[in-house]
Amino acid sequence: MNIYFIILVACCFACLIRAWIGKSIPDRMVAIDIMGTLAVGMTALLAVITERNFLIDVALAWIFLSFIGTLALAKYLVHKTLDE
Amino acid sequence: MAWNEWIGFIIIGFGVAFDALGCLGLLRFPDIYNRLQGATKCVTFGTCGILFGIFVMNGFTGFGIKALVAIPFVLLTSPVGAHALARGAHIFGVPLWEKSVVDHYKQDRKDKPRL
Repeated sequence: MNIYFIILVACCFACLIRAWIGKSIPDRMVAIDIMGTLAVGMTALLAVITERNFLIDVALAWIFLSFIGTLALAKYLVHKTLDE
Repeated sequence: MAWNEWIGFIIIGFGVAFDALGCLGLLRFPDIYNRLQGATKCVTFGTCGILFGIFVMNGFTGFGIKALVAIPFVLLTSPVGAHALARGAHIFGVPLWEKSVVDHYKQDRKDKPRL
């Protein structure tokens, strides 16, 4: 179980490298979106490793937070503003 | 360990492998649209694999049912967000890779500018 968690942390560092070298604004947004989906899996694994059952609720809420954040970033890309 | 824990362990291993390959694609593909396509599909399936493995490990307890409920939400929200990001990037003006052969969305927007 611990080796799986270490592999997922390495994946998050790969996303951070992409957000660092990104070359354009949407590249960095894609990296942050993928990191949100990875965090759901990491939280679920952490719930199994530490045997604390409430962490799966955190994962369930994180899905929707990541989704709303991605939609706000995409709206910024289209309209160049966050109003309305 | 019991047999269901072994099977869940193997399914979680498949999910983590898909996650790692998706992040490798995020680093190595040449174009934002290629990166979005490769990374989103692999990471969505990998996260669903992790959650389904946790369900197989725990069975029909409260913990396992919550992991099973999270799977349709991941499957619904992640492709919608990826589609919105790809559309926003195209309108924002990010160019395609120079070896790309076709751009149907550009032709459609030339016919109907409000699309």
